[in-house]
Amino acid sequence: MLTLFGMSLVIFVLLRLAPGNIVDILFDSAGYVSEADKALIERELGIDKPVWAQYVDWLRAVVTGDLGKSYRYDQPAWQLIKPMIPVTVELAFLSMVISVLLGVPTGVVSAVRQDTGLDYVLRVFSIAGLSMPSFWLGMVIILSLVGWLGWIPPMIYVSPAEDLKLHLVQFLLPALAVGYRSSALIMRITRSAMLEVLREDYVRTAWAKGQSGRAVVWRHALKNAILPVVTVIGIEFAFLIGGLVVTETVFNLPGVARFLVEAILWRDYPIVQNLVMFIAIVVVLSNLVVDMLYGVLDPRVRYG
Amino acid sequence: MASEPTAARAEAGFVVAGGRPARPGTWTTLLRFARKKPLGAAGGVVMLLMLFAAVFANALQTHDPIRTDSNAVLARPTEVHWLGADHLGRDIYSRIVHGARVSLIVGVASTLLGSVLGGLIGLLSGYVGGRTDLVTQRVMDILQGLPLLVLALVMSAALGPALHNVVIAISIPIVPRAARVIRASVLSIREMQYVEAARALGIQHLRIAFRHVLPNTMGPFIVLGTAQLGSAILVEAALSFLGLGVPEPYPSWGRMLSVSAAEYAQKAPWLVLFPGIAISLAVFGSNLLGDALRDTLDPRLRGA
Repeated sequence: MLTLFGMSLVIFVLLRLAPGNIVDILFDSAGYVSEADKALIERELGIDKPVWAQYVDWLRAVVTGDLGKSYRYDQPAWQLIKPMIPVTVELAFLSMVISVLLGVPTGVVSAVRQDTGLDYVLRVFSIAGLSMPSFWLGMVIILSLVGWLGWIPPMIYVSPAEDLKLHLVQFLLPALAVGYRSSALIMRITRSAMLEVLREDYVRTAWAKGQSGRAVVWRHALKNAILPVVTVIGIEFAFLIGGLVVTETVFNLPGVARFLVEAILWRDYPIVQNLVMFIAIVVVLSNLVVDMLYGVLDPRVRYG
Repeated sequence: MASEPTAARAEAGFVVAGGRPARPGTWTTLLRFARKKPLGAAGGVVMLLMLFAAVFANALQTHDPIRTDSNAVLARPTEVHWLGADHLGRDIYSRIVHGARVSLIVGVASTLLGSVLGGLIGLLSGYVGGRTDLVTQRVMDILQGLPLLVLALVMSAALGPALHNVVIAISIPIVPRAARVIRASVLSIREMQYVEAARALGIQHLRIAFRHVLPNTMGPFIVLGTAQLGSAILVEAALSFLGLGVPEPYPSWGRMLSVSAAEYAQKAPWLVLFPGIAISLAVFGSNLLGDALRDTLDPRLRGA
């Protein structure tokens, strides 16, 4: 709670530091308009008041659930943002699934086959994932689809109601680009956690009991190695949202993240403030979920 | 090999014939690093290449990287334009070589700024402890609660487009990460006997913190720096891609990929391909180097 409050302060102050406001931008494009008109609009938007008063106004509004009005679209912020949330959530969820499906098994295999050729290949594959900008990867995916298969992915958003298959394909591509990157981190953590666990006595006991390799690795060892992995998945979630900012732009998906970039470029304060605040809340919540998952996954962790 | 035992003893720090303690020279150390960590050495070579390109960009260029040429618009890769030309007829190879300069300057400067600032905060927070520590940690929590890219995005929008502003924007998200790492290692160093001895001798706190504690945090500090360098380069690329990064006329890899370039991507895939490869290679190199350094300098951080 305190963290969120602090964040709101940081976000607010940062945005007010920005040179120029929306009125300047609008007036620049409109040519010369009288100073009186300018002052009038500024008063209407409430940005003529001192900064601290604007902050208090905003905070009061947020607490009462009023997200303010977009300067640019002259519409309530919530109405603009609401249809975008499912897009981003779906994309984030798909990317997360892909990254876990890709990251955990490769990490386990890499640990079991430590220092073999396969381990090296998998590690290079994962570091490569960390190195490629996801927006570039997205562009390359689109380009190669067009170039080799002659298939042009839909460049405008297709809702699931319109065409479910096309919709899924449309989301799978960016999810792949983002998920690959996240999977790299998950793979590395899984690998090092597994390496540690595989050296434990109880794993040796399991081997000695004559259990099959698969049972030892996937049942006994992974169970204890998964804890740090869950932490990283939680942290990754925050990174993922950051990654979506560019990916949504590349794939032209009408999500929250792309809207944030637009709003920043337009100095649309209410939108930027609320979106960043929204992201901060999501991050804090995902950390909370991770903490609670600990209790479920590790009986040694108890609360209260 | 006959010299092997001697070399092995020298490696272990034993006294070799002649009575002088063996101190391996720089070259020996580098060679040994290369043999033990081939991937890390490869990363080092990539980084050296990048440094070379950045320093000698003017000598390596075949064209003026910012001069447009209407005869070469979207030229294919040929002997004249090695990697082709963009939609304004600018030579891509020369732009990539100069882009290395921008990428490296922004990457290194923001990493240094962020980790020095964060390191100092971590040093004081860890050394002083108590309430100072608590407050500092909360502030760091706030900064870390936002995804790196989102924070950098808001920062760079707030500061306006300029090279030094981009450096500041990217360095801010690094601060809390550096503060965490350094604080953790200060906490353990602070309890060491030699620090206690220094205190017993009546040495001032500031002097102990900087002369006795700080030098011993250099291992994690270097590890952190190389790890952050890669992500700093990536963030710069993403910011420039979105139009919030390094302004014209500096050629930046990220901006070379920006939306205006993407429009021509189907006709001229080299526009998208080569700058992306440059980014990926640079980040790949710094990641490989960072990993190897981490394994060598700080085994405890493995997997962190």
